[in-house]
Amino acid sequence: MRNTGKILSVCLILVVLAGLISFTAGCGGTATVTPPANPELIMASTTSTRDSGLMDVLIPIFEQQTGYKIKPVYVGSGAAISMGQQGNADVLLVHSPAAEVKFMSGNFGINRLLIMHNDFIIVGPTSDPAGIKGITSATDALKKISTSGINFYSRGDNSGTDALEKALWKKIGITVADNSSSNPKWYIEGGTGTGMLDLLRIASEKNGYTITDRATYLASKAVVALDIMVQGDPALLNIYHVIQVNPAMFPKVNAEGAKAFSDFMVSDATQEVIKNYGVDKYGQPLFFPDAGNTEAELGSQ
Amino acid sequence: MDMIWDGIKQAFLLLIHGDPQVLQIAWLSLLISGSATLISLSIGIPLGAVLGLTRFPGRRFVVSLVNTGMGLPPVVVGLIVSMFLWRNGPLGILHIMYTPYAMVIAQFIIALPIVVGFTMAATQSLDPKLRLQITSLGASRVQLGWILLKEARLPLLAAIMAGFGAIISEVGASMMVGGNIFGQTRVLTTDIVGENSKGEFAYAIALSVILMVLVYAVNFILTMVQQRSKVR
Amino acid sequence: MNQPQTDTAPLMEAKDLIVAYSGQKVLDLPSIQVFQNEVLGIIGPNGSGKTTLLLCLTRLIKPQTGIVSYHGTSILDGKAVLQLHRQIAVVFQESLLLNNSVWDNVVIGLKLRKVKPKEIKARAEKWLERFGIAALVKRQARTLSSGEAKRTSLARAFALQPEVLFLDEPFTALDGPTRQELLEDFKSVLGETRITTVIVTHDRNEALALTDRVGVIIGGNIVQLGTPAEVFSSPANEEIANFIEAGNIVHGVVETQSEGLALVRVGERQIEVCSELPAGSRVILLIPYDDVTINLPPTDTITTSARNRFPGKVVKLFRTGSQVRVTINCGFHLTALITRKSAEEMGLREGMEVVAMVKAVSIHVLARH
Repeated sequence: MRNTGKILSVCLILVVLAGLISFTAGCGGTATVTPPANPELIMASTTSTRDSGLMDVLIPIFEQQTGYKIKPVYVGSGAAISMGQQGNADVLLVHSPAAEVKFMSGNFGINRLLIMHNDFIIVGPTSDPAGIKGITSATDALKKISTSGINFYSRGDNSGTDALEKALWKKIGITVADNSSSNPKWYIEGGTGTGMLDLLRIASEKNGYTITDRATYLASKAVVALDIMVQGDPALLNIYHVIQVNPAMFPKVNAEGAKAFSDFMVSDATQEVIKNYGVDKYGQPLFFPDAGNTEAELGSQ
Repeated sequence: MDMIWDGIKQAFLLLIHGDPQVLQIAWLSLLISGSATLISLSIGIPLGAVLGLTRFPGRRFVVSLVNTGMGLPPVVVGLIVSMFLWRNGPLGILHIMYTPYAMVIAQFIIALPIVVGFTMAATQSLDPKLRLQITSLGASRVQLGWILLKEARLPLLAAIMAGFGAIISEVGASMMVGGNIFGQTRVLTTDIVGENSKGEFAYAIALSVILMVLVYAVNFILTMVQQRSKVR
Repeated sequence: MNQPQTDTAPLMEAKDLIVAYSGQKVLDLPSIQVFQNEVLGIIGPNGSGKTTLLLCLTRLIKPQTGIVSYHGTSILDGKAVLQLHRQIAVVFQESLLLNNSVWDNVVIGLKLRKVKPKEIKARAEKWLERFGIAALVKRQARTLSSGEAKRTSLARAFALQPEVLFLDEPFTALDGPTRQELLEDFKSVLGETRITTVIVTHDRNEALALTDRVGVIIGGNIVQLGTPAEVFSSPANEEIANFIEAGNIVHGVVETQSEGLALVRVGERQIEVCSELPAGSRVILLIPYDDVTINLPPTDTITTSARNRFPGKVVKLFRTGSQVRVTINCGFHLTALITRKSAEEMGLREGMEVVAMVKAVSIHVLARH
């Protein structure tokens, strides 16, 4: 009995030691070039870039090429921009144009560069109780939903998706706000702040409508029972920019790393990867590369 | 650091002005966790008493299940409950996914092993001869169980506090099965996570302060009850 | 103590009681009876099964085999057991009070039996008064001294007005003076109420003081049953004699026998014993401590009726209060119980030469082979 106790203790210690060793070894990084002086790069981005799986492809390429180690933080665009405003991130990859412009005018960022776009779509239950399938105008479809009384689900989390959705409602004269009890009864805010997929699940479960980016929708088809109702309206374009946080304002940010990431995102090779991403899996690309275009020329590449 | 101070100030203001949103969310937290606690007590205490006071074949196995259950990760419970309640799951026809009922179910499952475990320990620590004495006074099995539970009231109150404390502060399962839907399943813990990922850090801290005040208040009351029955 | 009414039907009876734990028999008792109004003592060494017997008689445990009957009716199912419990009271070695006030503890049994509130109050007050703890009603049980707690558990039992009262070594855990006091109180209460009582004890003074009949239990069976006087002065065999510490136990062989007087050889000595046993019988003799006198030599000038004189040396003197146990070696070890005064007047010391004298009629023959 006593011997068993000793053997177990020794085994336990060995296991713990092995764990510690492998952990620290794993943190050594997999860079194949000489690592830069400050290899840690905090990139704040949105849940849609994460949920689409695009970053899982791009980040390893970037790290291999440059030796930087990215610490990605995926939150809503609003939260990402907040982080930038406090100097808690080095570079942003977001898709909330109005908020971005405000961010730039406050001098918090430099080098706002267009990277890619995809589009939002309005999705709903197959039975389409509000009868909006095929309507070409997003705002018309939303108007119809508002009169039908069928539940519409919103992220309510300051994300790029949320900002666009609220702007669309505003266009047809319906004011909706976060956490407001004066929202219309059919307008439901939910989700855990962890992204679009969560809200899609809720809308799917509760047979309601919602706006989502195409990429997340395609990636989630296995677990979500919603169909595409409205697509193609230019108002539903979803544009991504990369912004370096201003080192003049926040000297502690990794300015070189941010520049390296920005350069990487607009490089021809990366743009090519973006162009082809998702085609073999979903039969269509999830994003459309736009580096070098003006906003007017979107999609012309 | 200012953010924490801001948060505390905001919490104070929200409470004083009786901000209806916050009150509704706090009330929902109490309602859901309170219901789950009550249900887990009504099933867990008798179960724990039986485990603590009787011997039956396979008892050791059940006890080890209870002990494992006490350390069950709440997110795992949330995941499993979700799998049952989803549209495609076995209980999908109930349509209770993303409703407060789903949250009560998940929280009940989390609290149950804690209540059972504590009650079992409390009743096991009673003098076995006491059982003989009370039986000899003419107590039926039910009366005996009732008297012994009252005798173990101090550790039982600890069981209640442990069970309630575990679920009022849990967030993983509540998020998963509730969905943090405003006005329906948004409780203090899920709101804190939501506000945090929106970047509303001060508000998140305010909610945290309110949550801690709530938990403290409930535990204060229970502790007073527990200590009063000790000192008298 | 009254004469036991053993000719009427017993109040309680048990037959063929067997209790075994992991193959080991703890209780193996063919029959036992308890009569109305008697105080029956069960006495035995530790591990003899006396507590197990009590638990069986009260049906707090279920024997593997055997039936307990009460007023002629067998107690077979759970309902009957519950009924039984509502007619008896049990007091254990530990006071086993609940974490409540003294009052709450005394009334709980009455509440369980659905006695009317007025009656509860009357009985509880009466018995708290009787056991002298009326002033302690509001005290929390865990603050009581062991004596006060024991009185509470006794009040609790008597308030139930049980048909049979069972006690399992109730005073063993108390210190000397407390025990003495409580014993006397208890004895007078028993005398007043004349409740049928079964008391388990390992203290022969308690048995002598309280019981009408006493049964000696050794190895799970009752090996002797009779009045305390019978049992303590005439133990049936060596084992019993050893346990009750009746006296010196000596092994020997009958050498000659004539006219009811046997000569038993013990080592180098010969002991004269009143017995009809034939020569050649191997015997075990019991020489009560009380019946041995110590005399200073020379003794050949003394004419005494005691047939046995054993010269020897004092090996041990053991004082207990006002008495002294003197052990001498006279070819075998012999212990005498004498007064301290005599020991001092005689100037007894270890190593002294003395002569022990024993009457032949005092010596019991315990067994023969």
